[in-house]
Amino acid sequence: MSQDSVRVEKEALETEREPNPVLALLRTSVGRNAGLVVALLLICLVGAITAGSRFTDWDNAMTILRLAAVVGVVSIGMTFVIIGGGIDLSVGAIVALSSVWCTTVATQELAQDIHWLWMVAVALLVGSACGLINGLLIAYGNIVPFIMTLAMLASARGLAEIISDKKTQIVSVEGFDDFFNRDILGIDVQVWLFALVSVAGWILLNRTTFGRRTVAVGGNPEAARLAGINVKRQTVYLYVLIGFCCGIAALMLVAKTTTGSSTHGSLLELDTIAAVVIGGTLLTGGRGTIVGTVLGVLIFSSITNIFILNNRSFSEQSLFKGAIIVAAVLLQQRLASRNSTT
Amino acid sequence: MTDTPLLQMTGIVKQFPGVRALDGVDLDVRAGEVHCLLGQNGAGKSTLIKVLSGFHQPDEGTITWDGQDAAFSTPAKAIEHGVATIYQELDLVPHLDVTENVFLGHEVSRAGFSQRSRAREMARALLARLGHAEIPVTRVVGDLSPANQQIVSMARALSHDTRLLVLDEPSAVLDQQEVANLFRVIRSLTAEGVAVVYISHRLEEIRQIGDRITVLKDGRTVATGLAVADTPTAELIRLMTGRSIEYVFPPRPETPRDQGEPVLEVRDLSLAGVFTGVDLTVHAGEIVGLAGLVGAGRSEILETLYGARRASTGTVAVDGKRLRRGSVTSSVQAGVGLAPEERKSQGLLLDEAVYRNITMSSMARFARFGFLDRGQERKRAEELTTSLDVRPTGVTRAVRTLSGGNQQKVVLARWLLRDCRVLLLDEPTRGVDVGARSEIYQLVRSLADRGVAVVVVSSEIEEVLGLADRVLVVREGEVVHESASTDIDEAKVLDLVMEERVPA
Ligand SMILES: Nc1ncnc2c1ncn2[C@@H]1O[C@H](COP(=O)(O)OP(=O)(O)OP(=O)(O)O)[C@@H](O)[C@H]1O
Ligand SMILES: [Mg+2]
Repeated sequence: MSQDSVRVEKEALETEREPNPVLALLRTSVGRNAGLVVALLLICLVGAITAGSRFTDWDNAMTILRLAAVVGVVSIGMTFVIIGGGIDLSVGAIVALSSVWCTTVATQELAQDIHWLWMVAVALLVGSACGLINGLLIAYGNIVPFIMTLAMLASARGLAEIISDKKTQIVSVEGFDDFFNRDILGIDVQVWLFALVSVAGWILLNRTTFGRRTVAVGGNPEAARLAGINVKRQTVYLYVLIGFCCGIAALMLVAKTTTGSSTHGSLLELDTIAAVVIGGTLLTGGRGTIVGTVLGVLIFSSITNIFILNNRSFSEQSLFKGAIIVAAVLLQQRLASRNSTT
Repeated sequence: MTDTPLLQMTGIVKQFPGVRALDGVDLDVRAGEVHCLLGQNGAGKSTLIKVLSGFHQPDEGTITWDGQDAAFSTPAKAIEHGVATIYQELDLVPHLDVTENVFLGHEVSRAGFSQRSRAREMARALLARLGHAEIPVTRVVGDLSPANQQIVSMARALSHDTRLLVLDEPSAVLDQQEVANLFRVIRSLTAEGVAVVYISHRLEEIRQIGDRITVLKDGRTVATGLAVADTPTAELIRLMTGRSIEYVFPPRPETPRDQGEPVLEVRDLSLAGVFTGVDLTVHAGEIVGLAGLVGAGRSEILETLYGARRASTGTVAVDGKRLRRGSVTSSVQAGVGLAPEERKSQGLLLDEAVYRNITMSSMARFARFGFLDRGQERKRAEELTTSLDVRPTGVTRAVRTLSGGNQQKVVLARWLLRDCRVLLLDEPTRGVDVGARSEIYQLVRSLADRGVAVVVVSSEIEEVLGLADRVLVVREGEVVHESASTDIDEAKVLDLVMEERVPA
């Protein structure tokens, strides 16, 4: 611990050696996002070369976007939480619990009687409630986010297993499937949902007091508190927000697979945190962009798609993704340490 | 004292994105002298010494050190050659202890094993030499007061073989007694032939300690090698600002304000171990000053009545309504604002734009249904930055790229923008240059004239007496004196502050 900080201190003192124009550009958020677009184009180029028209045709583009949609919706929520100085490891488990809860016999019977929207309401409520519990205990119980959401990860999935008796629950409510698997203007509803959540997220982060407060709370909590921002309440809101996103993701998964299951969303925390980090959001909080996250998600799903088209194994995929995450974080640290002069 | 310069910097240029911070600066420093560097906020003083210490690399210009060409490529190189720098923003590691900080980067070790007890001995000796033997060497630095952190920084500088000591606004966090102590240390160093570069906005300090002066303005040297003894203060101000400023406080209102309705009422406020039994009433339109030594508990009093610390006893009421204990939210709702002492850690979002930092506490005013009107935000921010003369202009630049004094103005602007009933200002002019100071005094007075109750904490007694209507003197966590500021003078306040017992 003390060794580390000594090193950090020395680094901070030795900044500003060669002013590299590329690094300077990458330090601005616009520049970073431009860099991500370039990376995405390069990956597409690799896809086009290795898989030819199987990669480039419209259906495959849709496949990539559909792949991106579920992870993407949760990643938007994760972007807020991380900018706000926190982390949420329980997203996969919350998705599983929401998917199970909204597909129980009781819920489905009620939904049959009232409207399929009842299922939607249940999923969103369960997701938000889990987020609320996370948020309250982190903000007012002073539990470190890492530990609290780790506990939630275990508990929520456990509860999902108990409720479902570890069986997959098939959806039989009319209207639900139809809605979530429809095309609008030739584009999957799920992809539309991802787009909608992204745009809403962008507006929320960049144009509202909520977004401004999120940045303040993550960037300098003490300053935010003294400036009269209710840091604890904002923290709670952030976890409710990501819980809500998990509810949406659960609905998308349920519709896609026509089942609710306690195994849904496994490793979702890994995919979302990775996408957010690659998108240039600082893990220390206070800085990040929605556009970056969307690009990070697209980069990941394109890579997955290319690996599948080339008949590569899931294990190889994981190995490669791990390497990308490390590379992204290394680059980020380099940029961050150069930024800490003055 | 010899006439061959120990350090000579010629034609130094340093360009930042969008700002030419240094545009051909000359500086020569002789062994054994105290060379003062003056200039307005953003003139380039800190940048110049960061170029000297190897923190920044100059774009143009030459540096000669001890007769040889030398541009230090890293801070480590500079330290090796005997240039020790104490930066404006302290660069200690808060969760390491005092000893570890003093020997950071050159740990005391034998055969790779650190010798902790010997290091502590040496740290103790250094602190004693600085007149602060009482600072515990095993204390975590983050728990020390800013003034004591400054001392630790000095100890670190002296732990090397130092030939040139650079001090960037060291007195900003110190009170008069501690400044005197600092000067004593500086004199003993110069007697040993060490050269000192001293930066401060307090001109009376320059008079006391300086030998020669270099004045910077907008990144250029406008005068160099001026002898302190033959240069009148008015001349210095003219050189720095290009105009002459009567360094005055705004006039007080004709009728005293302490008869009106009380806005802030503090009864028997205590914080265990820090201060006890503070009673304070501030009326609408009144400015009350808290004078005292650094560490007397003045900042803690402000923070506690703001709710940022939880009081152990006592009540705070605004307009007759009691505030919830230890709740900033409750204070803010009642219209209380605090401009904190530590701008970097307590005040600013360094990576965010200037205007966002300014509107941070008044966002609701610019929002409809949670959506912000950014045009309006920028407009109001621009008005304030113009009147406080924040430079460079442009409210969308990141606060990180502003000079120290300009960052301070940004924090202050935040609270001037917010409509407060009660405004608590902790060291409002720390690090702020002469010109902007009088502007800040005017603004604070005009807020009071609009009916705001103001409490000001300052280590500069002159400032407290000049600005406030009523003065409270705080010593070791107790209010030892209260009177109209016209009924007491600087010497009396000093006596009160220092003395063990107050003569009745
Ligand atoms: N890292 C940076 N990036 C961009 N601009 C910078 C940076 N550091 C300083 N500047 C700019 O360089 C100019 C000189 O700043 P500097 O900190 O040297 O001023 P100063 O004389 O020390 O002022 P003060 O009295 O307020 O401390 C300012 O205009 C400032 O905004
Ligand atoms: Mg400076």
